[in-house]
Amino acid sequence: MNLDLRIPMGLMFSIIGVILTAFGAATYSNTELYARSLGVNANLWWGIVLLVFGQIMFHMGRRGQKRLAALPPEPVDETTPRRGH
Amino acid sequence: MISAAKLTSVDWLIMLLYFVFVLGIGFALKRYMKTSKDFFQAGRALPAWICGLAFISANLGAQEVIGMGASGAKYGLETAHFYGIGAIPAMIFVGIFMMPFYYGSKARSVPEFLRMRFDEKTRALNACSFAVMTVFSSGISMYAMARLIQALHVFDSLFQTLGLPPEGIFTFSIVLSAIIVLAYIFLGGLTSAIYNEVLQFFLIIAGFLPLVLLGLKNIGGWSGLKATLPVAYMHEWKGVMHASTNPMGIDIIGIGMGLGFVLGAGYWCTDFLVIQTAMASKNMDSARKVPLIAAVPKMLFPFLVILPGLIAIGLPTPHSVTTVIHNPDGSIVHQINVVSVQQSEGRGLVPAKINPVTGKAMTMADGQPLLDYDMATPNMLLHYFPTGILGLGLTALLASFMSGMAGNVTAFNTVFTYDLYQSYIHKGASDRHYMAVGRWATVGGILLSIATAYAAISFNNIMDTLQLVFSFVNAPLFATFLLGMFWKRATGHGAFAGLIAGTGAAILHHGLTLPIEARPGIHGGWITVIHHYPSDMAQNFYGAIYAFGINFLVAVVVSLCTKPKPEAELVGLVHSLTPKPETSHLVWWKRPEALAVAVLIGAIALNIFFA
Repeated sequence: MNLDLRIPMGLMFSIIGVILTAFGAATYSNTELYARSLGVNANLWWGIVLLVFGQIMFHMGRRGQKRLAALPPEPVDETTPRRGH
Repeated sequence: MISAAKLTSVDWLIMLLYFVFVLGIGFALKRYMKTSKDFFQAGRALPAWICGLAFISANLGAQEVIGMGASGAKYGLETAHFYGIGAIPAMIFVGIFMMPFYYGSKARSVPEFLRMRFDEKTRALNACSFAVMTVFSSGISMYAMARLIQALHVFDSLFQTLGLPPEGIFTFSIVLSAIIVLAYIFLGGLTSAIYNEVLQFFLIIAGFLPLVLLGLKNIGGWSGLKATLPVAYMHEWKGVMHASTNPMGIDIIGIGMGLGFVLGAGYWCTDFLVIQTAMASKNMDSARKVPLIAAVPKMLFPFLVILPGLIAIGLPTPHSVTTVIHNPDGSIVHQINVVSVQQSEGRGLVPAKINPVTGKAMTMADGQPLLDYDMATPNMLLHYFPTGILGLGLTALLASFMSGMAGNVTAFNTVFTYDLYQSYIHKGASDRHYMAVGRWATVGGILLSIATAYAAISFNNIMDTLQLVFSFVNAPLFATFLLGMFWKRATGHGAFAGLIAGTGAAILHHGLTLPIEARPGIHGGWITVIHHYPSDMAQNFYGAIYAFGINFLVAVVVSLCTKPKPEAELVGLVHSLTPKPETSHLVWWKRPEALAVAVLIGAIALNIFFA
């Protein structure tokens, strides 16, 4: 399969991370909002975690794709040779 | 206080983003769908880690996320047996011993494997029952999701602003999820389903890990949780020697044999819903590693899905309180914080079930309020998450429902197309034709699921319902596969007779026995009650043991009386006639066997830790 899942997945988590981080930063002084999460700015911190995770996935996917492009396609499923694409 | 989700645009944005990516992946994959093999089997070209995560994700639907939280709140840490006993050993077994036959035989589905090993009628029986079961499961998933969306009032504000009647929310939720699942499977087939299952796997972690962390912080960590809950709740193995001394009401034989050997193995080793993801991987080594890779996160999932239930039941129950505030200016304010009957009659964050006519909490036979355990995990989300991350949590919940549905639907379209349509309705058509049939089978499967969802189910615990259905159909199945793969003398007639007898035994057992607190009817005892079980779990597990035993006996006896298949036809299908899978080209720690040993040690260590 030529679509490396890590790329769209990394992208999705990065965007969610950015949204949460930005929203968390914008609501930083809103203590009422974060009363339910025990005073922890859950949006800001978890947004940063997701952003880092998304970026790692994305770059791993990109690297994998570059390596795949450099190598000859490896044979898949012994009997049927991989169709060119 | 709780019970209604107050969503803002940030939450909607995150939800929308997920839908865009899900559909985007479907569209991106469409151009790779050239043959029916691409569509139904993901071209047998996916890497092991993707298939491995999809392998557990396929099972991570409503049953898991809501059901395990509910079970955690109801039975405590004993629920972890569904992982340590019910899943891990079976996953190791299927990876090491059974995958060589599934993958090596080139069968395109589990029923097709049964035709190769046994005969046409065994396949037909399995294909039909499996097709019905997948549609049923996907319908339950859909129903549960729509009900949850209603209960959490997710779309209420949206409906209000659009001026639509709130009664339409149930239908809207079902139609929305159906259209999205349909679209991405129609476009990208099994690859699409697998990719989205992996996406959902990470979403569940992203949504539930902060929940568990916040919950533990609130209740005072692990020791705080231990202090608030009864002793039996926090031990996985305590009191397991006798049914009356543990919350689930089940003894060690029921758990070991019933859950571990029969139900667990019946599900993880024979259910095409999960096996299809392993069969989609790129080579034999990967296929064998898929269930083992899946076992690693599976071991850690109790923390994510059972703990929210435990924390929910451990938290203080909200009551209506009046706070008198003396302001510095001399005025006195009475602040009344009213909670609903549901909350105050419940335990912790688990609400009581309310009789819609009287408005009072429903009670069990002993006067205790009947609790709506399925709300444990959703209420935790609403309790701890502020807007923003709440959107993420709800998206994770929706994603789990949808990917559970998707796994069922792809399994259904494959079995329908290859095992029913191609075999009995229209043989020898072009590959393009079968691919089109597969796409339309997807539509049909989803329509049938919607019909099932509307035929609403009135069970307390989704988990119990699914276990009941699985124990009728799946429990005898494992005996058939075990005999088929490891005893070359087993015949098609034997397998068929065994399956019929096994399922019959399961139904008969259910009709003759009853859990102690239930009335005869849907919970059993509809013929006559000759035995009482301490709990419905015990009844399920023992039913499975009987079904397995009867199937095994009948299959052996009938096989010995009928003519076996010639050995030449069984090469690659039976253990004694198949060369051992070659793994010497791999470094020792990359071999499936090494991974299996590591997983086993990890599972034992976790069980000892929580004993």
